[in-house]
Amino acid sequence: MSLELIDGINKIHEFLTSNIEAAWVVSLIEYVLVGLGFLTLYALIALFLIIFERKICAYFQCRLGPNRVGPWGIFQVFADMVKILIKEIIPLKHNDKLLFYAAPFIVIMGSLLTFGGLQFAEGVHGVDFNVGVFYLLAVSSISIIGVMLAGWSSNNKYSLIGAMRSGAQVISFELSACLSMMAIVILGGSMNLSDLMAAQEDVWFIFQSPFTVVALVIYLIAAHAETNRGPFDLPEAESELTAGYHVEYSGITFGFFYVGEYCNLFINAAIGTLVFLGGWQAFHLPFAGCEGFNAVMDAIPSYVWMFGKTLLLIFLSLWVRWTFPRLRIDQLLRLEWKIMLPFSLANILLMAIWVALVK
Amino acid sequence: MEDIKKLLAKVAPGKEVAEGTQYPTIELEPNEVRAVAKKLKEAGFDYLINLTGVDYTDALGTVYHISSSTNKTAVVVLKTKTADRENPVLYTVCDIWKSADLYEREVFDFYGIRFIDHPDMRRIFLRGDWKGFPFRKDYNEVNEMPTTNVNIDDLETLPSITFDKEGKIVEKTKQLFDNNEYVVNFGPQHPATHGVLHLRVSLDGEIVKKVDPNFGYIHRGIEKMCESLTYPQILPYTERLDYLSGSINRHAFCMCVEKAAGIEVPQRAQYIRCIFDELTRIASHLLGWGCMAMDMGAITAFIYGMRDREKIMDIFEENAGGRLMPAYSIIGGLTKDVVPNFQQTISEFVAYMRESIKEYHTLFTGNPIATGRMHNVGWLTKETAVALGTTGPTGRASGWSNDVRKIAPYAAYDKVKFKEVLRNTDTCKGDSFDRYIIRLDEVLESLNIIEQLNENLPDDGVNVKVPAIVKLPEGEYYQRAESARGDFGVYIKSDGNKNPYRVKFRSPCMTLISALDPLCKGEKIADLITIGASLDYVIPCADR
Repeated sequence: MSLELIDGINKIHEFLTSNIEAAWVVSLIEYVLVGLGFLTLYALIALFLIIFERKICAYFQCRLGPNRVGPWGIFQVFADMVKILIKEIIPLKHNDKLLFYAAPFIVIMGSLLTFGGLQFAEGVHGVDFNVGVFYLLAVSSISIIGVMLAGWSSNNKYSLIGAMRSGAQVISFELSACLSMMAIVILGGSMNLSDLMAAQEDVWFIFQSPFTVVALVIYLIAAHAETNRGPFDLPEAESELTAGYHVEYSGITFGFFYVGEYCNLFINAAIGTLVFLGGWQAFHLPFAGCEGFNAVMDAIPSYVWMFGKTLLLIFLSLWVRWTFPRLRIDQLLRLEWKIMLPFSLANILLMAIWVALVK
Repeated sequence: MEDIKKLLAKVAPGKEVAEGTQYPTIELEPNEVRAVAKKLKEAGFDYLINLTGVDYTDALGTVYHISSSTNKTAVVVLKTKTADRENPVLYTVCDIWKSADLYEREVFDFYGIRFIDHPDMRRIFLRGDWKGFPFRKDYNEVNEMPTTNVNIDDLETLPSITFDKEGKIVEKTKQLFDNNEYVVNFGPQHPATHGVLHLRVSLDGEIVKKVDPNFGYIHRGIEKMCESLTYPQILPYTERLDYLSGSINRHAFCMCVEKAAGIEVPQRAQYIRCIFDELTRIASHLLGWGCMAMDMGAITAFIYGMRDREKIMDIFEENAGGRLMPAYSIIGGLTKDVVPNFQQTISEFVAYMRESIKEYHTLFTGNPIATGRMHNVGWLTKETAVALGTTGPTGRASGWSNDVRKIAPYAAYDKVKFKEVLRNTDTCKGDSFDRYIIRLDEVLESLNIIEQLNENLPDDGVNVKVPAIVKLPEGEYYQRAESARGDFGVYIKSDGNKNPYRVKFRSPCMTLISALDPLCKGEKIADLITIGASLDYVIPCADR
């Protein structure tokens, strides 16, 4: 009996093909199943991250966190979900209705599209592009359009300032995030995620070159900034702009932003894991005589590796968020344009030289 | 005292210095006030402690309490009044002492006295459509609560009166903001205004151009209520002014009444009052520290501050009964003695708190983002601090030594050794970081005071017998105390009855809020929040 997810998926495929003759019907059913699977995963990940963050931040703050609904309060999030679903969506008088209600969907759409490009376990992924990394970077930036629209269409000065900050911030940090990934593309020689996974089978990229470490640090900072979470939570900046771009949203429209934020947290960590930390690949020691150790590592299912490493990166992100105060807008932009961008450009150059000389 | 009398004879020749008053007092005609004020300012009296409006029934007047940043113990009192009740006007001193700006608006709001050449004669606490002037003794207007939303248009029109060329009084108006300015309302419901303060902020992108504070959202008319209450009945209201230093306010009011009525309070009560004052100060500074961290986005630090503040609240509850408002001091002493293990609890707390402060420094002070947000932001020079009357830690961070516990020691403060925590005595200007770090330093100094008081607690009872109805002899009494935010003052004018004729509380927070505009000009929105947090004002104290 295998623990890998791909075996289960193959069994479903065999079951469908043996019972249904028309190939297009099988494909259609499979597409629907995959879609449903992604949506469920999306919701479950958001719910899990919400309770995870609440517990983690409670321990950082010498508190207990939710502990009344179910064991360790794990059902608290379900109660909150039901609450937010049945809450009233307060209509506004003087706003752009179409854009106002479209904005949360754009945010959700952006992160959901990114889910399709991720790899969750060995062989488990929505699509496998030859430009997978490029696709991930491109669609994960769609959310910012939703944020800008939300800030603009609310017709509120706070949300407008929040949206302006958000635009300046996300577009700036997108540069560093992309450039740090380009370093890996140079090292791996491909933009295809499956190729990159294959290249990390023996040694993860993080251990392959000193410049990947630099790239990972830059990526983590930039990705953290893109999620609009402290110390980069200027677009929301509770104590300055009350809630920034989503100040006028209520009920599930606010819930979409909230869920989108948590899923972006997961997505950024997952991309970081795939590109830098070997994704679903197990930890191997590339030395002779380590076969026993490698076999033990291989026995752990690939999705455990994937989600374990992702959770580790998410924990790092939470640790930063609940420790540091918020940056000011000029300090934030200086960090990106004067420090991180030159570093990532130099890093790409050095990586190219390193690849040319060593490999 | 003799020096000041000589000085007064020089600045106001021919005027008699009143005998038998607490501070040297002179009465002036309205048109003499400005000349005397200017000369006093030149003689070093640059700190206007308090400006009180009084209704003498036959006349309306003002009382100025003036002190100096150099000759700190000196206080002089100027008085002036006008018999015209229909259209009373007096001369402004807000160009001489900047802090008079808000005080004169308050006097206008409550007594209807307009100040000539004051640039901004809007009502400060009451709504623009309020009828009458409620602090006048003959006030009997009925102001009905509007049941619908009434638009108050006069928030941005500044009326003022001045002399024209022929010497006649003319009225003028000025607009606060230009038509094309981007004005954002911060508050009255905003997480970072620490209460219901309403700031109208004019922005240029992220940069603050002008800040206009609007008061009055939590104005309860405490001073007016006091006029119909007996002295013991007033006590609970004092704690609800600045609720974070409630104990200190109550202590100050008790001292004022005790001094006026000639009541001698036992030493033990004095010591315990001081211990409670210092605990209150620590609790307030911890909350101030936490709120400042939270306003910068570090919510974890806030919870750390609240955690340790809880220990102080527990001590209050154990001994006095109340937590935020202990209700411990009464006229003549304390409600009851402390519990037997009080001294041990206090010494344990002092040791614990010293360790916690180290933890705070590790968690927040050393953080590069935090220091980046606080350094070089919101410079307050000593000169501005004195002119605005921003006392307490804010003034001391700019190098202005203004600790009332040192200047005019009260209760047991002359029996302990402690140093006034000062920063930047050489450069004479402080930024947000100075105002932040000085609070943590003051906590340590307060712990020293508590330790000394706790070790030498006398044993002579905690209260004396006080007549059932406390009556103060006719006269005026003023008592200063160092609250967690600065120079707190109680002014009582008594006509010999069981109720005071006029009570005025000198609020340290109102002057702190007036510092927002000069400090924030040209800074970012985020700095407006940090500066506001570093000033650490409490709105109910400003509104009263």
